[in-house]
Amino acid sequence: MALESNRSSDAPINQSGAISETERWSSLITGGALVLAGLSQRSLRGALLAIAGGGLAYHGATSNKSLPDQLSEATDNAQTIRVEKTVTIQNCSAETLYRFWRNFENLPKFMKHLKSVTTLSEQRSHWVANAPLGNSVEWDADIRSDIENQLITWASVEGSDVDNSGFVRFSEAPAGRGTEVKVVLEYSVPGGVVTATLAKLFGEEPEQQIGDDLRRFKMLMETGEIVTTEGQPSGA
Amino acid sequence: MKAVCWEGTRNIQVKTVPDPKILNSRDAIIKITTTAICGSDLHLYGGYNPTMKKGDILGHEFMGEVVELGKDVKSVSIGDRVVVPFTISCGSCFFCNRDLWSLCDNTNPNAWMAEKMMGHSPAGLFGYSHLTGGYAGGQAEYARVPFADVGLFKIPEAVTDEQVIFLTDIFPTGYMAAENCQIQPGDTVAIWGCGPVGQFAIRSAYLLGAEKVIAIDRVPERLQMAQAGGAIPLNYDEVEVGEALKEMTGGRGPDSVMDAVGMEAHGAGLEGFYDRAMQAVKLETDRPNVLRQAIVACRKGGTVSVPGVYTGLVDKMPMGAFMNKGLTMKTGQTHVHKYLRPLLDLIQSGKIDPTFIITHRIPLDEAPHGYDIFQTKKDSCIKIVMKPSMAA
Repeated sequence: MALESNRSSDAPINQSGAISETERWSSLITGGALVLAGLSQRSLRGALLAIAGGGLAYHGATSNKSLPDQLSEATDNAQTIRVEKTVTIQNCSAETLYRFWRNFENLPKFMKHLKSVTTLSEQRSHWVANAPLGNSVEWDADIRSDIENQLITWASVEGSDVDNSGFVRFSEAPAGRGTEVKVVLEYSVPGGVVTATLAKLFGEEPEQQIGDDLRRFKMLMETGEIVTTEGQPSGA
Repeated sequence: MKAVCWEGTRNIQVKTVPDPKILNSRDAIIKITTTAICGSDLHLYGGYNPTMKKGDILGHEFMGEVVELGKDVKSVSIGDRVVVPFTISCGSCFFCNRDLWSLCDNTNPNAWMAEKMMGHSPAGLFGYSHLTGGYAGGQAEYARVPFADVGLFKIPEAVTDEQVIFLTDIFPTGYMAAENCQIQPGDTVAIWGCGPVGQFAIRSAYLLGAEKVIAIDRVPERLQMAQAGGAIPLNYDEVEVGEALKEMTGGRGPDSVMDAVGMEAHGAGLEGFYDRAMQAVKLETDRPNVLRQAIVACRKGGTVSVPGVYTGLVDKMPMGAFMNKGLTMKTGQTHVHKYLRPLLDLIQSGKIDPTFIITHRIPLDEAPHGYDIFQTKKDSCIKIVMKPSMAA
């Protein structure tokens, strides 16, 4: 919806226009208007780059095209996997959850495919993910926007093997019913070279994997541990 | 340790397996003193749950002594004598906070599987297939219990194992099923199935103020036990149940009806044949003929309580009757944690003695024989308890 309304405007992204775009996108995301329907044909990464203030060239982007056109073109020639999941976490404030997530080094505690995340600077972190046959893939990611207790967005730096981006949003559920945590992740691989690898990396169904990751986050936050049966006896 | 393992359809073996270990800091290990075979174990035995794996340790009714604790367990001590609800609950989530313990959000590690089938996942259960977590069960010498502070209930020395073992499942299950009948003064409750849950439901319905309980089955000793509990027995091989119920309730029909049978109902006649045929070609996973009959028999505006277990799809439901008669259905796995202490009080004050249900006491080694006689209802078998310490 937001993208459609923006389509009529031909305003180029430049340094001076970037501030208002930033505010606009941030408010859209935090307000919940940026639903997958609106994103479905476009790149989340592109959107996050736009949030970050433009000036970052990506596939097909030229300075005299509208933002939605750029986003469309960015994804047209890339194989992408995009997932969106939401959980509600009981008895935890948005602040508690935000603080835990904001330290990216905590992510491997519940994201099964991640081996480690190392903080390099206030903005930049180094991610290592498990790949098939005991291999791993690595990339650096930058925080693109950070609204305390509400929203964190991030994207891999230009030229990463696994081009990916994501955001997590925390919002209070009504009547003390906990905090809603919404995660949108997107992985795109230029030219689709490594699509099979990506599928293996994130399982046959990325949607389920991210769902399971988020469920583990919820277990950890609500109960202090992640339930398991691994290591229990069996007569097999 | 010795454990009762599911090795395939109607193939139960007692095997030597590794002892359970503490896997999480809120776990406890229990040395089991008494365990039981539940009617719902027969659904697994019969191969009706596709998420069983060879070697799975069965059993969700067990009690014993705490022998090991994770470092974060606070309210339980080594040596405590405890009973263990069959539902595993975290005690911290939205559902646990609302006393809906069997709907716990956090205890099924295979929640994705249940979500695919049912939209959402219920709580993890001990020894009850991978759909509900794949937790090793309690028909064994030892078992691991997650969230020990929440999932272990201390039992006073004055009551025996046999008096309290059924607090793990069938007594609370029968009680919650009776409570789900929303009994009002003067009410008649009709209960299909006089197995262990039906028997506890009969007695619970009277405790909750029912005027009359009608119990429907065809196994003579089960009907006798129902009668001993105060119910009016009805043998569905001998009478047309729907008509009989109308005659017994002034033409109005029972105020509430209960399906204490579930997905393996033994239907008679063409309808039973239809369900078996559908089940055989996997077009239907559960046989719902009791549920159909109960819905049609229930009085207008009445309540249908379903403690009987269903896992998948049913066919040919009389939705027309259900809708047009304005019925209410209440169901669910039992919120054992909610009922356990109040029911323990009823036992301690002598209002009920759950040992009436026990027909067989056997050592763990005889589990395969136990499953066989329970399933085929041989030797007047109604309820089997197993004692790991009993000599074979």
